[in-house]
Amino acid sequence: MNILWGQKHFKMNLQELNQNYNCFNIIEELKEKEEGKLSGYQISVKDCICVKGMESTAGSAILKGYKPLFHATAVQKVLDEGCKIIGKTSQDEFGFGSFSMNVGIGYKQPLNPVDKQRVTGGSSGGSGCAVKLIEDKHVSLGESTGGSIVCPAAYCGIVGLCPTYGRVSRYGLLDYGNSLDKIGPMARTVEDCAKVLKIIAGYDPKDSTSLNEPVDDYESFLKKGVKGLKIGLVKESLDVDEEVKAEFMKTIESLKEKGAIVEQVSLPLTFKYGIEVYYIIALSEVSTNLSKYCGIRYGAEEKPEGSFNEYFAKVRSKNFGEEAKRRIMLGTFARMSGFRDAYYIKAAKVRTLIIQEYKKLFEHYDVLVTPTMPNVAPKTEDVKKLTPLQNYMMDVLTVGPNLAGLPHISVPIGDDLPVGFLVIGDHLQEGKIIQVADEV
Amino acid sequence: MKLDKQLVKEIAKVARLELTEEEIDKIEKDMDEVLNTFSKIQEVGTKDVKMSIQPVKLGNALREDEPKECLTQKEALSQVENKKDEYFVGPKAL
Repeated sequence: MNILWGQKHFKMNLQELNQNYNCFNIIEELKEKEEGKLSGYQISVKDCICVKGMESTAGSAILKGYKPLFHATAVQKVLDEGCKIIGKTSQDEFGFGSFSMNVGIGYKQPLNPVDKQRVTGGSSGGSGCAVKLIEDKHVSLGESTGGSIVCPAAYCGIVGLCPTYGRVSRYGLLDYGNSLDKIGPMARTVEDCAKVLKIIAGYDPKDSTSLNEPVDDYESFLKKGVKGLKIGLVKESLDVDEEVKAEFMKTIESLKEKGAIVEQVSLPLTFKYGIEVYYIIALSEVSTNLSKYCGIRYGAEEKPEGSFNEYFAKVRSKNFGEEAKRRIMLGTFARMSGFRDAYYIKAAKVRTLIIQEYKKLFEHYDVLVTPTMPNVAPKTEDVKKLTPLQNYMMDVLTVGPNLAGLPHISVPIGDDLPVGFLVIGDHLQEGKIIQVADEV
Repeated sequence: MKLDKQLVKEIAKVARLELTEEEIDKIEKDMDEVLNTFSKIQEVGTKDVKMSIQPVKLGNALREDEPKECLTQKEALSQVENKKDEYFVGPKAL
């Protein structure tokens, strides 16, 4: 395998690469067909997406040993096009983090491919790292709930595309938040993202929330230019680190030179309440979803002793990591009788207002743009000093499009440490975000 | 709102988590900080606003009521050690 490490090119196998970067939880090959649109491509798959017969744990000890009996639909679709699957990438346990530091018990944190002292971003951190390092034709299937595709894309310096909610089937995805989860491609080029998205998108009878709408030819949006396109620059998003802002504004100038019309727009409600609304909804959903992991039928188990409740509590407490427990506790609280109206139901109503805020802007603009993350990849040691709340606040730029289910793509900019340029489109307008991203 | 240790223990029981005293103290502090910030959404006016359960409009997804293949018993039992004959073995129900 050809690896780009620092500025140098190496021949290295994945095991060797992984000893240095921890980007894979499982390294295993699978190929079902020779010919197809992805013939010659290698695909890595985030650990939370099921690959038949390949241990799939969402990075959690509670699913240790679980080898799915079926492929996720997105996995089946890429295999049908002749690719080779090369393994399962590391992540925050169940997607619970923005830095891939909240890995499950017994798992290792992936390291930033540009500077190993820094984080990869999360939660699809292993995917971001592997895509940056592997020079051969390689695309990773990532997953985003509140920014988990574009955040590691920005910190690792690659392209990450999160599609419209429902555009790609969630069948076979180990869920985090059902109304938020999306599977999407992470690659070295916009072109590869467009190519893989076209293959994995589409209605799936096995996922009742997948959209029964025609799939555009995303590759036809490449090399179209941006002349005359109306781009809304979200003014609240400029409250970021100076180095990020400087690189972002340089790209804005270049888009203007290419003929795009850029105007400042505002998303006041989204920026003021987005984090709170996102976390209340996501944690409520995940506390329900994780209740199925109880030590019976699959995953971690113990000697079946004590009462049912004692057994469930024992297996869960032993195998969920610290952040997983915290999120289960917060989500359980937000749904509890007496608190539900003030938290979960209120958040679901404010979510409606946030969606309306975006939809109103898309009446006038083709796409919206912001930086992807407010900073460059921070150092692991610095992230360790953050409180849980400070961790959650890092998602300020990504929770909006995720709450509204809007397609968005992060493109790498910056000469030094990578910075992400985020392009957000209206529902099902993946073509337009690809068109703009291709010119960044 | 103010959380107290008793409420944290109650939530842990509902969530089927056994937490040590140390974990309870830490989670109580974290939850308190997070929930105080989350309470901010109370100030948003939502009179006559409907909840969004999904971010996009979805209809009912119905299918024909036809029998299809499902996992065999052997396949379903293949993931665990706690099994006997053709059954999963779990803790006592009574």
